[in-house]
Amino acid sequence: MDVPVLKQGPYLIATVQSALTDADLAQLRRTLVEQVGRYRSRGLIVDVTAVDVLDSFACRTLRDIAHMTGFRGAETVIVGIHADLAFAMVQLGLSLEGVTTALDLEEGLAYLDRKQRSVKALGSRPRQSAGPRNLLHPRG
Amino acid sequence: MEHIPIRADTDVLAARQKGRALGLQAGFSSIDITLLATAISELARNILLYAHEGEIELRLLNEGGRRGIMVIARDQGPGIVDIERALQDGFSTSGGLGLGLPGVKRLMDTFELKSTYGAGTVVTAVKWELR
Amino acid sequence: MKGSKGPAAPASAPLPAKIAIGSESTTSLLRELVAHLRQNRTQLREEWARRITEAELLTAMTKEEIFAEATSVYDNYVEALETGTFEALQAYARNLSERIIPRGVETHEVVGIVLLLRDVLARSLFAKYQGDFTKLNRILDAYEPAANRIANTVAVGFVQERERIIREQQEAIRELSTPVLQVRERLLILPIIGVIDPQRARQLTEQLLRGIRTNRAKVVVIDITGVAAMDATVANHLVQTVEASRLLGATVIVTGLSPEIAQTLVTIGVDLGKMTTVGDLQGGIEEAERLLGYKVVHFAGETPEA
Repeated sequence: MDVPVLKQGPYLIATVQSALTDADLAQLRRTLVEQVGRYRSRGLIVDVTAVDVLDSFACRTLRDIAHMTGFRGAETVIVGIHADLAFAMVQLGLSLEGVTTALDLEEGLAYLDRKQRSVKALGSRPRQSAGPRNLLHPRG
Repeated sequence: MEHIPIRADTDVLAARQKGRALGLQAGFSSIDITLLATAISELARNILLYAHEGEIELRLLNEGGRRGIMVIARDQGPGIVDIERALQDGFSTSGGLGLGLPGVKRLMDTFELKSTYGAGTVVTAVKWELR
Repeated sequence: MKGSKGPAAPASAPLPAKIAIGSESTTSLLRELVAHLRQNRTQLREEWARRITEAELLTAMTKEEIFAEATSVYDNYVEALETGTFEALQAYARNLSERIIPRGVETHEVVGIVLLLRDVLARSLFAKYQGDFTKLNRILDAYEPAANRIANTVAVGFVQERERIIREQQEAIRELSTPVLQVRERLLILPIIGVIDPQRARQLTEQLLRGIRTNRAKVVVIDITGVAAMDATVANHLVQTVEASRLLGATVIVTGLSPEIAQTLVTIGVDLGKMTTVGDLQGGIEEAERLLGYKVVHFAGETPEA
């Protein structure tokens, strides 16, 4: 089972389209670590919306991917974990600690964009005001 | 009743797909189906990892109208030396090669482990429909 | 009719019709029985009501109410005996249950009163037919199954109604007790009040996770000011909820940890580093808004750890 990997600007997007075997997962890890280097990607999104089970091996692989690509300069965001799946994962004791997660592809991209901007703007950009206009009164 | 031989990593997928189908048939909620499928995946994986081969048996239960699914994971592998430790809730998120049995226990409603050192392991676990 | 002295329908067919004849005889016996119960309605009803009071059943009801209900049940009972259909009785039993359950009438009381009625009626049959033992036996043979079925119908009706009410109440409590509130875009608040058992903790988590997906929430404030006590199991659930929410991309802020609960969490070794805690709900919401409004600063600040 091949996982399509899409290059979008400085990011790579891998969309897992069905349940993966252990061999598939290992293959995915190799591919992503290799491609992040080849394209000098700044971020990687792994979309698991279509995945129904993430067991210990799958979680470990996702974490390995995040750490390995991290060493190669790309931050990984796992997106699209289902509510049921999240519940099952934490019951099993798997919480993908140290790996960034976001609701879906859109959120994942937004996160990476913010991250890019803040890296570029570090120190130079004027900070946003502490009380944004629409958030003045907590109960308002 | 379903018997799924576990010999290769594709069998792990087959087992949890069967579990999912059975869960649907029993009228389980989507969350319970996910918990069941995850537990099956983990048990099948343990078979591969420690015994290399074995089988998963799935049974539909009905107790006074309440439905459940029994998962029996059987292998003739090396067995578990220290059962108590294997079941200790270490809550390992380290990703080490833990057996993940305490996790499976949490996913299911009942859990029983029988293991003879050198002769294999049988895990019997049941998930009941939520009332 | 074979061996029957009662008012008999003409016995025509000999052997094969034996069963039919038998049921014919039951019907006529029941008819006789019903006539007897109608004749003695006033006295038997009173006797029944008296026995109910004596046995201290239906204590939640007044004497007059008991008598009124006893009359209705009695009439429905006789009718069920007469017609052999139980729908009217069933409907009445449900209706009665609906009225008396909110007043705290228990299952054993309902079973008790129906058994008492069975007893009162049986005694009156003994009294009436004591001179004719054969007849008494046959009357009882006809009466017994019908009476059992009636008792069963009423008791089951009551229990079903009771279960229905309990289910409804549980549902209502569930919804009341785990409100996931969207305060503003991308911010959810989950105020938890009362006792959390594992089942409720699971429900809470499920609802919250669904809420995060539906509302695309980024920040969740779980306020546990209203939680009196927390044991290790529930504390672990809380940690799991926090972790599961994070898997969906939402940050959880826990507010309202009482000193006692904080002490418990430390004692049982819950890793508080895994959750953001803020003193009170107000502060939690402020922190949530800071997170939502200050994304750039927030994430930049996190970079060194990442």
